Amino acid sequence: MLKLPIYLDHNATTPMDPRVLEAMIPYFTENFGNAASRNHSFGWHAEEAVDYAREQVAQLINADPKEIIFTSGATEGDNLAIKGVYEMYASKGNHIITCTTEHKAVLDTCKHLEKLGAEVTYLEVQPDGLVDLKQLEAAMRPTTILVAIMYANNEIGVIQPIKEISAIAKKHGALVFTDAVQAVGKIPVDVIADGIDIMAFTAHKMYGPKGVGALYVRRKNPRVKVTAQMDGGGHERGMRSGTLNVPGIVGFGKACEIARTDMAADTERIAKLRDKLENALKQIDESYVNGNPAHRLPHVSNISFKYVEGEGLMMGFNQNIALSSGSACTSASLEPSYVLKALGLGDDLAHSSLRFGLGRYTTEEQIDYTIKAVTDTVLKLREMSPLWEMFKEGVDIDSIQWAHH
Amino acid sequence: MAYSDKVIDHYSNPKNVGTLDKASKSVGTGLVGAPECGDVMRLQIQVDDATGVITDAKFKTFGCGSAIASSSLATEWLKGKTVDEAVKIDNMDLVEELNLPPVKIHCSVLAEDAIKSAINDYRKKNGLEELVFEERIH
Repeated sequence: MLKLPIYLDHNATTPMDPRVLEAMIPYFTENFGNAASRNHSFGWHAEEAVDYAREQVAQLINADPKEIIFTSGATEGDNLAIKGVYEMYASKGNHIITCTTEHKAVLDTCKHLEKLGAEVTYLEVQPDGLVDLKQLEAAMRPTTILVAIMYANNEIGVIQPIKEISAIAKKHGALVFTDAVQAVGKIPVDVIADGIDIMAFTAHKMYGPKGVGALYVRRKNPRVKVTAQMDGGGHERGMRSGTLNVPGIVGFGKACEIARTDMAADTERIAKLRDKLENALKQIDESYVNGNPAHRLPHVSNISFKYVEGEGLMMGFNQNIALSSGSACTSASLEPSYVLKALGLGDDLAHSSLRFGLGRYTTEEQIDYTIKAVTDTVLKLREMSPLWEMFKEGVDIDSIQWAHH
Repeated sequence: MAYSDKVIDHYSNPKNVGTLDKASKSVGTGLVGAPECGDVMRLQIQVDDATGVITDAKFKTFGCGSAIASSSLATEWLKGKTVDEAVKIDNMDLVEELNLPPVKIHCSVLAEDAIKSAINDYRKKNGLEELVFEERIH
């Protein structure tokens, strides 16, 4: 039996795996100790649990456990990494390179630093969403201290060439930071092979709990340090003070372990469903897949259905299917997705986009239902769309003088 | 954000979707909004030349559910009114009837603009002076 509603917004957050919850429960009640309490068994138990989780997290990304700094999530990780490098390496330079499709936690942190004297280059991406390596190379300066490029994009799922990016950064003596929220746990991420110096990720995007994340900070070749952004008890090697969220960390560890063991099978199954969904929806006239299809997360598909508006489209099925749109109407700002606009999409296509994010519990039955619901709604709304009528009559919509308001 | 039942009803069963002959002298067409802004409304009225009564109204809208509902409701209200009465339809009446939240008020403004634009198109075709409306900030 198909159970409604269907959740296809796994880029926003994921449900917690029951195995994760099970691992966490004792740490709320019996094992409630503070991991920093060094003088009694409650503290020892908590510390032991955190150490074990640290190993589980480190193993997933091929890091040393000592290189894992637990945080409250990726927004904190992004802030700590970028602000922390800016402060720690101030004597080396003040230039940061990032790109226009980054998450707001990166972009707004960079904007904040600009006010404090940082120089920031925002690389434009190519129409497929990928950073142009030649542009990156050209943007490098002797004062460049950090290259901050995301591993995979949250809206279109495009995977950046991190290995090549870090090679360029290394050549010029800059550190590499990557926001890998969407990638870790979904595709293999190896900080050694990829040459990553600092990396932020979070538990709730990979079937773990909300409110806990990690920052990987490299300890060898080179030894990287970031200035703490919160003062206090000097936890996490002095880089992140604050009592550790032990149950959250235990759950994060378990989520990482499951991701490591199940990734290959999960990915294969989910990618097949994503491709089925995408191939079916591409059959609709004037539908366009956004982002490079070859360098893309296996569970994401972002499609624009020209001549229908995204929020209006979602209204046709959002009682039964949960997903996101790049339409302005879904945000308070009335601006359509800046990521889609950065690809060079017109506002009209950006307004017409839907993001499908599949996950561990997505079934073929759900995908079949979604294909039908989306197709039916697109066709219904096009019958109602003056733009579709004009397109069908051969009117050039771009030539009309629209009254902007 | 949850939609009101009335918005959902107009979205699910829109009234008067369609196209009138825009070349006809007794038809007024208003096309407002812009694709870049995420909403475009086309509203048409068929006027009985003798009585000035709007005998039919049709719409097509590219936009969110509230934009579709606003234009659907507008066509309902237009039918049977005289052109002079139709000019007086105020966007806040649409807001009230559909229970639109503040972020969706612009949808109702667009519908009011579409009505006025259709009326002016009709007036122009029939040698009448176009009405001047106050500029509104959406």
